[in-house]
Amino acid sequence: MKLSQQQNCNTRRNNSFRTTGPLDSSVDSAFKPLASFFWVVLHGLCCLISLVLGFRFSRLIFFLLFSTNTTSTTNHYTVPALLRTTSDATQTLTLQTPPVLITDTPSNRTNPATTSSRVVVGRHGILIRPWPHPNPIEVMKAHRIIERVQREQRLQYGVKNPRPLIIVTPTYIRTFQTLHLTGLMHSLMLVPYDLTWIVVEAGGTTKETAALLEKSGLRTIHIGFEERMPITWEARHRMETRMRLRALRVVREQRLDGIVMFADDGNTHSMELFDEIQSVKWIGALSVGILAHSGNSDESSSLLQKQEDEENLPLPVQGPACNSSGQLVGWHTFNSLPYVEKSATYIDDRAIVLPRKLEWAGFVLNSKLVWKDIEDKPEWVKDLDKLVADEEDLDSPLSLLEDTSVVEPLGNCGRKILLWWLRVEARADSKFPPGWIIDPPLDITVPAKRTPWPDAPPELPSNENVSGAQERREKPSSKTGRVSRARHSRSKRRRESRIADSQVSGRHAEEK
Amino acid sequence: MKVPIWVFVVVAVLATAFVLRIGAEELDQSHQTERIADDPVGRLKVFVYELPSKYNKKILQKDPRCLTHMFAAEIFMHWFLLSSPVRTLNPEEADWFYTPVYTTCDLTPNGLPLPFKSPRMMRSAIQLISSNWPFWNRTEGADHFFVVPHDFGACFHYQEEKAIERGILPLLQRATLVQTFGQRNHVCLNEGSITIPPYAPPQKMQAHLIPPDTPRSIFVYFRGLFYDVGNDPEGGYYARGARASVWENFKNNPLFDISTEHPTTYYEDMQRAVFCLCPLGWAPWSPRLVEGVIFGCIPVIIADDIVLPFADAIPWEEIGVFVAEKDVPKLDTILTSIPPEVVLRKQRLLANPSMKQAMLFPQPAQPGDAFHQILNGLARKLPRDKSIHLKPGEKILNWTAGPVGDLKPW
Repeated sequence: MKLSQQQNCNTRRNNSFRTTGPLDSSVDSAFKPLASFFWVVLHGLCCLISLVLGFRFSRLIFFLLFSTNTTSTTNHYTVPALLRTTSDATQTLTLQTPPVLITDTPSNRTNPATTSSRVVVGRHGILIRPWPHPNPIEVMKAHRIIERVQREQRLQYGVKNPRPLIIVTPTYIRTFQTLHLTGLMHSLMLVPYDLTWIVVEAGGTTKETAALLEKSGLRTIHIGFEERMPITWEARHRMETRMRLRALRVVREQRLDGIVMFADDGNTHSMELFDEIQSVKWIGALSVGILAHSGNSDESSSLLQKQEDEENLPLPVQGPACNSSGQLVGWHTFNSLPYVEKSATYIDDRAIVLPRKLEWAGFVLNSKLVWKDIEDKPEWVKDLDKLVADEEDLDSPLSLLEDTSVVEPLGNCGRKILLWWLRVEARADSKFPPGWIIDPPLDITVPAKRTPWPDAPPELPSNENVSGAQERREKPSSKTGRVSRARHSRSKRRRESRIADSQVSGRHAEEK
Repeated sequence: MKVPIWVFVVVAVLATAFVLRIGAEELDQSHQTERIADDPVGRLKVFVYELPSKYNKKILQKDPRCLTHMFAAEIFMHWFLLSSPVRTLNPEEADWFYTPVYTTCDLTPNGLPLPFKSPRMMRSAIQLISSNWPFWNRTEGADHFFVVPHDFGACFHYQEEKAIERGILPLLQRATLVQTFGQRNHVCLNEGSITIPPYAPPQKMQAHLIPPDTPRSIFVYFRGLFYDVGNDPEGGYYARGARASVWENFKNNPLFDISTEHPTTYYEDMQRAVFCLCPLGWAPWSPRLVEGVIFGCIPVIIADDIVLPFADAIPWEEIGVFVAEKDVPKLDTILTSIPPEVVLRKQRLLANPSMKQAMLFPQPAQPGDAFHQILNGLARKLPRDKSIHLKPGEKILNWTAGPVGDLKPW
């Protein structure tokens, strides 16, 4: 019964108790006042005694009075257990008031064949075991049961016949590479399907990246791309496209089977994404949340906000657009017009980084589309080699298709956003300890080329402020408490002793 | 080796008997589950008495809340029978007679039914049908059925002691009672009564369904009272102390998600739980059983000697877990020691849509739902032997039995 009902129950029952009911025949009215007076006095006396003693003794009295002539010992439900009473912690023997039911039992003694209820009406003890706390072995057993149930649920309602995934990630060594790749790596490690991770690294393969990939335990193909990553976003996007095509060529050569997904290292993926892409047949499109992030905290954002109030801020989503019957009718791209003037050109600009019209990350392909010769290859896909040879501006996988209407919209026709696009980078020339391990700290660091600070270091107070507004810079501190600054145009030997004093970590206000 | 041939014969006979016995058991089990799918249409005929509207329509007009509370089955049964193919307008060919009297519709301002006038209402209805039609007196009600969904059925009281004192209304002793209350060897449960589930609104439950691949992460779930502080502040009376025992033993156990809160996500949470507790309250039955079956949560029934709805058609032993009230302190041991295969099997049985359908009273009626199960139960009692027909002049029922207050006219 619901709580309200119970509460109402009690008012109802109280009502019934108060009104003796029209059904009951009343006692002789003559004796009523005397009897009631007597009961009031007795009741008051009992209350006083209970106050003195500290517990309700009425039950005890009843038990002692009536236990001698009760015949219902067979049906008693007494439990001398610890009992919760309204008074505090007094140990009261809770006993059963002589139950109303037992009118039948004396007669039933002779013929046990006639049944009386095993269940007795009346007050029962509240059974509490001596150690009412969870048993760790049982908790483990329960977790195993839950796990088995969830596995069965996945088998029944989840993806049947899951296909292996091929993840294509272009990357290059930079300050934020570890941050981004670690996040992506952890997401991929959680994916419950077979996976091959193709990492294309600009500037050739490096030991640091390889060490990072090794920690994942996934099957990785690490490819070097023999060009360095340029410093403008435009050029970077183009190069990333070329790197992805290089990865697709590997898929083609090795005839890797599965679903190709483009996971850029700056993006964030949800776990449902990997379940959703299992349903793609040839080529699918997803909605990507665009987090056009502005590095500059103060000025431009307030300007932006004023603009936001004036015009409706565009939905930061890129993806397929469907009509009411769930068919693909077009594409929704991120409206970058409000940001165009303030957009970043160089990778380390403190301005908003804009995405392309349609990011590669929002598409998934069946790997068979890039294979060379298969029987049932659809006609609407162009051959990969021809594309690369033409050197077109391949902005998105749509260029692989002759006919873009065959794209399958995924994620409830683009309504569910399962991944987010974000680009956050440090300054292009920023230095960071390779592998994020501090060797003996450098005495002198090379001054940054585009530093606004003078080369000659002036005297500085011990509590130093280092610019870090735009970039979230990690300050790795070694065990001795020394801090080696990533970009710092001045350092002296005597700094080290001071450094021991000042534990500088985290983000600091911008210094100008 | 000379083995007499009769040895072979005996062995062969024993072997076949053994095989047949196993086969019969299996058949019996499958027979039991097939019973849910029985179609009552064509197997029985029901005649619905036309009572004046003061017994049904006027009462409902006075308080339309009767359509949504958990005793609404009596009203919906009436509506279902009026338009059902089993209804016959010719009482001579009817197997069963139904009297539409809404005894559980006298509600307090808070929505709880008061049973004080119900015996008089029922008695008045029976007097009417016995004087206007000859069918009651023919059998003294043995081929009549009544829907009495109140707490203790036809004992017409919410307090168990008083209900036992009153017993089943003497006039209904020979009739078949369709009630929610069921406890073995109890005064208020007649042999041959049909136990039905309490009414739970089907649309409301359908509206709260979540995708079935949402992983079930709660081990044990319960929402409700443990102590009824208004009526039983010390505990021990309410639920025979079982609910209080659950609270005291498991309030610190992270596997047990139990509390007295009223979350808006109650139905959704049930779908994320593996086990749902269905302990007794003031009466042993509860709508939680229905909710558990609908949402695929294995019901853990803590009520000694309870008789569950449609027990002859639904294999409750295989679907739910039964825990004796004295074993409540060991509830976690009991539940965690159930092998995972058994848990999966129970969930698979619960996922059977016919099971869920049998617990509901949808509007309009659908095949396999609770209305049809009631009719199946009635049909299984046919054919009757002629002994229920009374010889002329014979009287079994005592029309003046019962408390004096019941004899007053309504």
